[in-house]
Order: sequence, then structure tokens, then C-alpha cells
Amino acid sequence: MLLDLLKKYSLLFTKGGLLSYFYPLFEGTFTFLYSSGRVTTGRTHVRDFTDMKRIMIIVWLAVFPAMFWGWYNVGNGTVQAIASLGENAANVVNTSYSLFSADYHYALLQLLGGTLGSDAGIYSKMLLGAIYFLPIYIVVFAVGAFWEVLFCIVHKHEINEGFFVTSIVFALIVPPTLPLWQAALGISFGVLVGKEMFGGTGRNFMNPALVGRAFLFFAYPAYISGTNCWVPVDGYSGATPLAQWAEGGIDALKDASGNAISWMDAFLGNIPGCMGEGSTLMILVGAFIILVTGIASWRIMLAVVVGAFLTSYALNAIGSDTNQMFSMPFSWHFVLGGFAFGTVFMATDPVSSSFTNGGKWAFGLLIGFMVVLIRVVNPAYPEGMMLAILFANCWAPLFDYLATQRNIKRRRIRV
Amino acid sequence: MSEALKVPSAKETFLEPLIANNPVMIQVLGICSSLAVTSNMKTAFVMGLSVTAVTALANFCVSLVRSLVPGSVRIIAQMTIIASLVILVDQILRAFAYDLSKQLSVYVGLIITNCIVMGRTEGFALKYPPIPSLLDGLGNGLGYLLVLCVVGSIREIFGSGTWFGLTVLPTVNNGGWYVPCGFLVMPPCAFFLLGSLIWLVKTFRKDLQEPKEYDTHREDY
Repeated sequence: MLLDLLKKYSLLFTKGGLLSYFYPLFEGTFTFLYSSGRVTTGRTHVRDFTDMKRIMIIVWLAVFPAMFWGWYNVGNGTVQAIASLGENAANVVNTSYSLFSADYHYALLQLLGGTLGSDAGIYSKMLLGAIYFLPIYIVVFAVGAFWEVLFCIVHKHEINEGFFVTSIVFALIVPPTLPLWQAALGISFGVLVGKEMFGGTGRNFMNPALVGRAFLFFAYPAYISGTNCWVPVDGYSGATPLAQWAEGGIDALKDASGNAISWMDAFLGNIPGCMGEGSTLMILVGAFIILVTGIASWRIMLAVVVGAFLTSYALNAIGSDTNQMFSMPFSWHFVLGGFAFGTVFMATDPVSSSFTNGGKWAFGLLIGFMVVLIRVVNPAYPEGMMLAILFANCWAPLFDYLATQRNIKRRRIRV
Repeated sequence: MSEALKVPSAKETFLEPLIANNPVMIQVLGICSSLAVTSNMKTAFVMGLSVTAVTALANFCVSLVRSLVPGSVRIIAQMTIIASLVILVDQILRAFAYDLSKQLSVYVGLIITNCIVMGRTEGFALKYPPIPSLLDGLGNGLGYLLVLCVVGSIREIFGSGTWFGLTVLPTVNNGGWYVPCGFLVMPPCAFFLLGSLIWLVKTFRKDLQEPKEYDTHREDY
């Protein structure tokens, strides 16, 4: 019945129809519900059930474990931070907040039956995390979809599902306290400059989510780095473990209550940071999903890890008396900051990474090398994953070129 | 030097470089200084004026001596003229606008190496009489000034909430509501603004678009 309805109205949207400008919207809805009846007409002919939609939906699902952990972690971090405020804690917990104030997050939590006190259970914590994550995600998704549809209509493209992944990834690599207007601005910059200016999905040479985050990082550094943005509690400041390490080495790693952070804590994700980047374990679950389905390249992931491994050991061997980061072993590099999330979900972006197998190895090694180098040697940025991936994105076409040239040369010799 | 070349009309020499043959947007010259001096309007405006003065006068002077200079040493002769003019501009700025000249620092001296100046003397003044050359220099200088002002306005208003030092958007640090965008204060952001300007101009002036290298909308690959 739905099919008949769609078919009936399809005339409106095709050439000459009343609503022909909105054909991309119609096409998007139609192929979302039904598979396309169109067949290839050109000379090349590839048949595969794994089309763009399938790929994007699977990646979208694969980030869910990390996202759910992010919710829990935001809530958990908030509850701990409030408890660490001392006398003020009871005050913060017992105040009743208004939905129309700057504290609407807390108000919503109370309305839905959650609590901020130290007796908060998993429900309260998850709820609080969701209350921080969902508004950002909804704004990012709506703004991203707006630009996507606008450019589809102007350029007469079909709507591309790439922005599903871009928007959820972008929402997961920002801190929970990010103002919503900044989220909108960041995704706009990412989609416009990172993608649409170069012709839309498939022609972008950089990862749009990272371009948007890089914009926010340089435009509003106080809102996305430093000590005040990671936990949504007024008057509480706590640095990420990476920044703590840069200050005072492994002994400086302390959580909100002042206990030392162990490697297991960091691996499971009990550390402050961007929403999706906390738990390396959950990210590995996502990695398993996209590797088994063959969507992401294991070569890139492995190369990033190998590159970071070699670089961090080389820097450990060099050592430094003044810079604490030189002493960070690879195992810690792996679990702190955005390393795991970037490796699994952003370095493997099929559009902005290398295509050839040789190129993929070089691309991944470069990311691994750069991320450790930026973290350790550059005093201005405690985190280096974003800049490392963007840097390697610029090199990806060159690696592909070199790989193909090498192949051509080898074949010539064979003849 | 072929005197037989048809001299373009005054209107053409003056108006062409403003948009249709803009030295920054279309020829993509003088990018270095457009990135460096546009973080606020004062420096952008003064820099634009200085370049206009140098381009116009250099064009005029080079055109005056164009039949006396042997082709083999013409570059040196042009450089001498341009360098003298730049030193003149630099001294005037130091005498009458010392603070600004400090802010502009080396960029006034670097007008010597600005491709727009050399490009116009080499490409136009050596072929045509003094008056059209003067107009051409003025037009190119003003085209540069125009781009600098657009980029400078956007960067200063949204980057620091002011325009020519006057408060437009009260910033949070001064008790207002506007959170300044730190990205716009950094030189690389001028790249994005220049790129967007080029995009904008070429969208509205289809005749300025280059022919396509690839047909990206072909159905069968």
C-alpha cells in the first residue's frame, strides 16, 4: 500500500513535476523503504548487496556501544564530581531546577525521576548522560541533514547517507558541556568546508566530522579543551588523564575523588573526556563489528597501532627530564584520549583514507607516528588524534599515487 | 616593445581589475599579505592603500621610462623604481602613523615582493602609455583593497567583535554576549574566507569559471 502511494506521488517529483526540486528527498525516502529498481547502464557493472546505506547503518550501529558507555560515563563522572564538591554537594543535589534555565539538564533529570546524589544508580547515570548527549546529537543531525539536503537539491544529487555517520561521530568527539550553537556551527563548518565545497560525499579529502571539531578546537578552545568542559558541574574542574600525565607523569593521574586511575580504569572508560572516546573496550566491540562485516580496513587499524607502538617506544628510549609525556608507554597511549576511537571510526573512513593496500599501510603508519609525536613533543596540545588524522588525510592521495606507480613499474619490468 | 598594441579604454583598465580580473580573487596574487594583515580593519585598510599607491605610481613611472630601458635589464629597473616607492610609503607611514606601521611591521617593506606590483609593471606598464598604466595600477590596487576590506571586516567583526576598533558585538570578556571566534583571528582562516569569496564570485559570474577538467556528473564510470 505504501509502495503504491509512493509510486503514485513519484510523478510529482520527477522531471517537470510540481515538486521536482525536492526529488532528492523523495528518492531518499523511497530507497530507505524499498530497494531501488534501477539497473546499471554503463560498461562497468558491480553487484553487491552492501550498498552505501547498508555500510552507513552498520557503522552507525557499531558506535552504539561506545555511545551507551559515554552516557553512563558522563552521568557517573557528574555524580562523582558533585560528591567531590564537599559541603556544597548536598546543595547541588537538593536544589530543584527550572526547565527554562541554564541548568535545564538537571531539571530534566529530576523530572524523569533521576537523582544527582551519590546514591544515583545506573538509571540516573545513563539518563543524565543521555540528557547531555541527545540534544547535541539532535542539533548536529538536524543541521547536518539541512546542509546535506540543501546541497542535494542545488546540485541535483541523491541524498547520501554519509551524514548519518558524520553526525553521530561528531557528537561523540565533543565534550558533554558543548553549547548547542557551537555544535551547530561546528557541524556546519565540517559539512560545508570539509565536504560540500569539494563536491559532497565521496569527493571530500578530509573527514568532515574532524574538520568540524578542528574548527571548534581552534575557534573556541576554552569550550573543547582544558579543564572545565569535561564534566557538566559548575565550579568543578578536572583535566583529562592525558593533560594530567603531561603535568606530572603517571603519578598525577587522579579521578574526581582523588584516587589514582589504573590502566584498567582507562581501558574500561572510567575517565573524563569526549563522550564517545572513553571506553577502549566498547570501541573494540565496535571495531569487531565493522571488521567482521568487512566495512573498515584492518590494514589501516593495524598500521595505526604499529606506528604508534614504534614511535612511543622510540620516544621512551630517548627520554626527557622535563617533558613527562616522553615516559608514557604504548599501553597508555592506546587507552587514553581519542586514540582508539579515531583509529577505529575515523582513520578508516573509506573516502578520506587511502584506497590501495600499500597506501593504507603508509596512511596508518603516518597517523600512528603523528599522534604520538603531537602528544609527546608539542606542549600546546595534550591530544593529537584529530590533527594526526587530518594531516594523514592530506597525504592519502599521494600514498595512493605512489602505490599505483610502484605497481605500474613492477608490471612493466615483468613484460 | 610594440607600440602598435591597441590601448584598452580607460574604463576597461580601471574597472576590470575590481571584480572580473581581481588580482587576489581571480589571479590569486598577493595572498601572503592578505593573510597576514587582515586580522583587523585598520591594518588591512592602510595596507590596501599603500599597495594601491605603490602599484599606481610604479605603473606610471615604469611606463614613462619603458622605451628607454633595454629589455635585458628591465626587471632590475622595475625593482629599483618599486623599491624606492615602497621606502617612500614606509617612511610616510612611520612619520604619520607610527603605531600602525609597527603593527604592519615587515609587511610594508614586503610590498616590494608583492606579485601584484611586479605583475602589473611587467604585464601592463611596459606595453602601454603612462595614463592608462596609472589607471590600471589604481584599479588593481583598489581590487586588492576591496578584498582586504571584505576579509578584514569579517575577521575583525566576528573574531574580536569590533570594526576599525569600534565595538560592534560586545564580547563576553567585556560583559557582552558575543563569544568571539578565535579561529578568525588566526591567519589560516583568511584562506577559507578567500576561498569562499572566490566561490561566491564565480557562482554569480558564470563567465569567470574555468572550463571543467572532468565531468563529475557522468552516469557511467
